[in-house]
Amino acid sequence: MKSREYQQIDPKALPTPTQTPPSHQHQAVGDDGRKDPRTPRRKWEVFPGKNRFFCDGRIMMARQSGVFPLTLGLILVTSGLFFIFDCPFLVKHLTSSIPAIGGVLFVFVLITLLQTSFTDPGILPRATPEEAADIERQIDDTGNTSYRPPPRTKEVLINQQVIKLKYCFTCKMFRPPRTSHCSLCDNCVERFDHHCPWVGNCVGKRNYRFFYTFIVSLSFLTAFIFGCVTTHLALRAKGGKGLMFALQESPGSAVELAICFFSVWSILGLSGFHTYLVASNLTTNEDIKGSWSGKSGEAVTNPYSHKNIFINCCSVLCAPMPPSLIDRRGFLPADELAQTSGVDLELPNPNTKSDINVCVQGPKGLLESAALTPLLATSCPQGKPQTALPCPENISALNSDPSLELSQRCGGTHHISKTYGSTSPPLPTKGRLHKHKRASSHTPRPTFDDHVSPSSHDGNHRSTARGHRGAKFATLQ
Amino acid sequence: MATEFHNLQELRHSASLANKVFIQRDYSEGTTCKFQTKFPSELESRVELTLFEETVKTLNNFYAEAEKIGGQSYLEGCLACATAYLIFLCMETRYEKVLKKIAKYIQEQNEKIYAPRGLLITDPIERGMRVIEISIYEDRGSSGSSSSSSSVSGSTAR
Repeated sequence: MKSREYQQIDPKALPTPTQTPPSHQHQAVGDDGRKDPRTPRRKWEVFPGKNRFFCDGRIMMARQSGVFPLTLGLILVTSGLFFIFDCPFLVKHLTSSIPAIGGVLFVFVLITLLQTSFTDPGILPRATPEEAADIERQIDDTGNTSYRPPPRTKEVLINQQVIKLKYCFTCKMFRPPRTSHCSLCDNCVERFDHHCPWVGNCVGKRNYRFFYTFIVSLSFLTAFIFGCVTTHLALRAKGGKGLMFALQESPGSAVELAICFFSVWSILGLSGFHTYLVASNLTTNEDIKGSWSGKSGEAVTNPYSHKNIFINCCSVLCAPMPPSLIDRRGFLPADELAQTSGVDLELPNPNTKSDINVCVQGPKGLLESAALTPLLATSCPQGKPQTALPCPENISALNSDPSLELSQRCGGTHHISKTYGSTSPPLPTKGRLHKHKRASSHTPRPTFDDHVSPSSHDGNHRSTARGHRGAKFATLQ
Repeated sequence: MATEFHNLQELRHSASLANKVFIQRDYSEGTTCKFQTKFPSELESRVELTLFEETVKTLNNFYAEAEKIGGQSYLEGCLACATAYLIFLCMETRYEKVLKKIAKYIQEQNEKIYAPRGLLITDPIERGMRVIEISIYEDRGSSGSSSSSSSVSGSTAR
């Protein structure tokens, strides 16, 4: 070993994501005139997933808000009618604790609904270019010589059970266990439960407890209002006056009755279903796919379950709140301002020599990637607008399960088509059931787009990076 | 082995990024955050095995402490539920407190152990808790850097 002089790196001098604007740290590296260094951007502004951010990144939702306004409207209207029409009568004839209980439940429901909708469900940030290249290198190291692209999976042992981790082509990483890629939000979400259109967001590790509290309290509220309205109408109709008379006197109650009657069954059913899931430490995703029910004939059990209902409940609902992994309100380092979606550009040679105070890639790397982008763009088809099939809009009156089942299946087929990447034209990927318009601001991301079939995009990646070796993939079994 | 330079400002610009090593997650115990303690071959010539293992093990212990489910976390969870989880808006959660400890620990390790050897550990939280990224720096002027870069580019180009 040669005696080298290693410079002592001053960790404080190196760019790390900070909460303060980086303009005073970096000289204008990206002096391309696109971004004024005096107005630093926050990371949520360049977030690659399909999310909407409000309040300067404090609040986030899915871009498709689904029927969240309807949910909010129904709750507000029903509760409002209850307080206006039913409460005065019931306070007079029964007890004044009725509006109090109703008020507490209503506030509870509203707060948990807003928290479910506005919280980061546990989105995993996409892999940095170096990370993605490192993974690709590892996959290639175990390569085979067949031209058929093998399934990109990795097996790990969890509690003595073999679990297959799938490679996510959008996020360019192997998904951790229980993580799934939501096609509606275009993000990998940890402990992915489902994408709930009623709430307008994915339900994952970080907001599952809010979601569960929401549906439980909503079922209490719905049942409570239903009971109160029935009592109210019964009291009014007493003495032979009849139901029609009672309804005429209190028309709001009729509306409430209808809404509550139709929703109480579905919401109670959903609460019961999720209570079962919590007690067995399952996600909706796993339950629908039957991951642990042993459909394939093997004796598989849920490796994440603690085999005790109480411990399962506590670990799901009372575990410490994990942090948000996407640093929404952090400032972008000045050099990343030059690339709108930096994580989507994959450098063929990530080990470019770059200056120490450039975070991810130096100017040389930027030039290389800029040169490559037109080449890649011509090789691969750009994202075409997909026709919106009614999957996410399929709001059944009952509950979100049918629609989410469809979206799960859609997600499932998508994953299968990605895993067993075929050389056939990208028909399976086009069958994805969601609106999939790539905004022009998302370019350059020519190859790492879900529309492109794995063979074509990976083949091009390799041809540019490694000198025309063709579509050669590694088996990881 | 390593010569420490104390004039950091002057020599900061001489070092350049040569390679990055990624320590992946260890899922053998489920989805709890734990990193593999396997020693990467690229670091063999740079840092001692024991120091590296100790760093990774300490980080794993920190994460285990953050995610521990016990009596205290039950109480916190029940209290949070009773307040409709509004308490998360006001208070710093236990996880966040441990993350601050981790950040301080990593900075300390970088200053004491890794920076003198031309290495830098990136906090896993900045990489989505997926990997521990260790950046390997080379002295730009030394001849060793060209050989390392050629070996790296050789492995990518093949």
